[in-house]
Amino acid sequence: MKTMNRINQLFARKKHDILSIYYTAGFPASNDTLRVAKYLEKAGADMIEIGIPFSDPLADGPTIQESNKMALDQGMTLELLFEQLADLRSSVSIPVILMGYINPVIQYGVEKFCRSCQQRGVDGLILPDLPMQEYQQEYREMFEAYGLKNIFLITPQTSDERIREVDAHSDSFIYMVSSASTTGAKNSFGSAQDEYFKKVDRLKLTNPTLVGFGISNRSTYEQATRYSAGAIIGSAFIHLLSGAKDLENDITKFVKEIKE
Amino acid sequence: MDQENQYLEDKMKYSVDKKGYYGQFGGAYIPEMLYPNIEELRENYLQIVEEPGFQSQFRKLLKDYVGRPTPLFLAERLSETYGARIYLKREDLCHTGAHKINNTIGQIILAKKLGKQRIIAETGAGQHGVATATVCALVGMECIVYMGSVDMERQKPNVERMRILGAQVVPATSGSQTLKDATNEAMRHWINNPTDTHYIIGSVVGPHPYPDMVARFQSVISEEIKLQLKEATGEEYPGYVLACVGGGSNAAGAFYHFLDHEAVKLVAVEAAGRGVDSGESAATTVLGRPGVLHGSKTLLMQTTDGQVVEPYSISAGLDYPGIGPIHAHLFDTGRVSFLNATDEEAMNAGIELSRLEGIIPAIESAHAFVALQKLGLSPNDVVVINLSGRGDKDLETYIKWGKY
Repeated sequence: MKTMNRINQLFARKKHDILSIYYTAGFPASNDTLRVAKYLEKAGADMIEIGIPFSDPLADGPTIQESNKMALDQGMTLELLFEQLADLRSSVSIPVILMGYINPVIQYGVEKFCRSCQQRGVDGLILPDLPMQEYQQEYREMFEAYGLKNIFLITPQTSDERIREVDAHSDSFIYMVSSASTTGAKNSFGSAQDEYFKKVDRLKLTNPTLVGFGISNRSTYEQATRYSAGAIIGSAFIHLLSGAKDLENDITKFVKEIKE
Repeated sequence: MDQENQYLEDKMKYSVDKKGYYGQFGGAYIPEMLYPNIEELRENYLQIVEEPGFQSQFRKLLKDYVGRPTPLFLAERLSETYGARIYLKREDLCHTGAHKINNTIGQIILAKKLGKQRIIAETGAGQHGVATATVCALVGMECIVYMGSVDMERQKPNVERMRILGAQVVPATSGSQTLKDATNEAMRHWINNPTDTHYIIGSVVGPHPYPDMVARFQSVISEEIKLQLKEATGEEYPGYVLACVGGGSNAAGAFYHFLDHEAVKLVAVEAAGRGVDSGESAATTVLGRPGVLHGSKTLLMQTTDGQVVEPYSISAGLDYPGIGPIHAHLFDTGRVSFLNATDEEAMNAGIELSRLEGIIPAIESAHAFVALQKLGLSPNDVVVINLSGRGDKDLETYIKWGKY
């Protein structure tokens, strides 16, 4: 059963220039998870992706690896994350997505995980190492029952046929990975990225797309959003957090610089 | 049900199914970035490896370059000591010193057929890295090997061997800086180089079709055992086959052609490190629970929160927090008995083999010999031990151990 949740409402209301920010739960300090979410909403971010730390994040580059390790060393767990998010919806109203690797979810218990997400007001999930086929057979029904949108990735190597398949199985947005790479900031995109963004735009998919991986500043953000509904920033924001002196001010400044 | 159907159903029990699973284990839990690479392999590997052209090239290199068939040696003094007829499958005599090269020969030919131009690999003890660097030199392909920086320190000779062979050795500095991190780094490198690069995984781990592909290449071990045993004893099937298990490639190869003959007792020996309860162990079937790492669902040493636990063994080649999904399934179904051996037991077994038969085994392989004390063998039992590698690379560890 498909339902409209906060993610769908956001994309229904806003067709362009959507900024989603990723950060690792329990980072920079263990109890910063909710604080960072609040500051991001206040600063003008449209959506938030909270990363569940994992010991072996194989799709991530050095910056996010490091934040995962720090969070884990500081005692972060999925259990603790759900405790921290207990009051999420009393202070945060923008859509919230949890992003993480499948193993901690399996150990927590998939149904218990979905229930916890629903109770806290989580809207969607990005589980990069949960393949589409597996999702369809084992997870889809449960995710839908708890009102959770599962978000799939596509890359420049994904065939048009598979992009259409992803589109057919999606019910919120498609995460368009900018280039063949792990996560991490880039200074600019080349013409190959432009061609790829244009190509996907021309496919006229049912779901909107957000571009992620490699977006670090105003210029990469502009390039990424020219042919998509918006963009996702992760590593560059993690980088900011790790050096932040005043979380609220620094986050506000960061979001402003991207958006204006 | 008639006999033939029953036979087919039994066979299906231990081989990979159409979706890439062994029972509940296996699959391809990979990020979308790796999907085209894995899909290309999945669609092509069976067809390519079954082509007569591939097979003749593979067989020829195994014979003329690797030195196969490796001997099956009746170890008389060892047999006398344990009161059974014990044969050693001499994979230690393979070129580069271990069974690892059976797989890298197969995969390098496959990579060529797929039109790939560069090779990446991960390595723990360095044996798979050396075997990969070797075949890359043989065919003139660029080779990059990821190795945990901790392992680079404790396996220096192998690092230099790879460099002499022309490979670039890249230290994995993330996480615990050992085999699992080297595997993460190799996968990340593949994500960043998806079209021209083939990743040669060294064990029966990783996303489907790797476990099946590696097991097929290593199955030459049990194929030869059958023929050689028939020649030596008149009977193809031994009472027991013993092998050590880290990821499990030598065990998969040694068990492969015996899996459907339930009368053959298959015994896998894991590394208990300082003891299974010591907190410093790599005995995955004792300490692990089902989980997902490096692209497959398997038994995995992990915390209750699902974080992967760092294993420990004196032998760098068994120092892996999981086992191949085929072994998780063989454990689950009870087809293979899993034992474990501590550092001390393995070192003593290695020294004993050196004294009794004049063969210094790799410390990985020495673990398999510990099972001899634990099986309650009788004089008529025919036992085959897969002697997967030689001990040259472990000389420093033997010297440090000192009790010889």
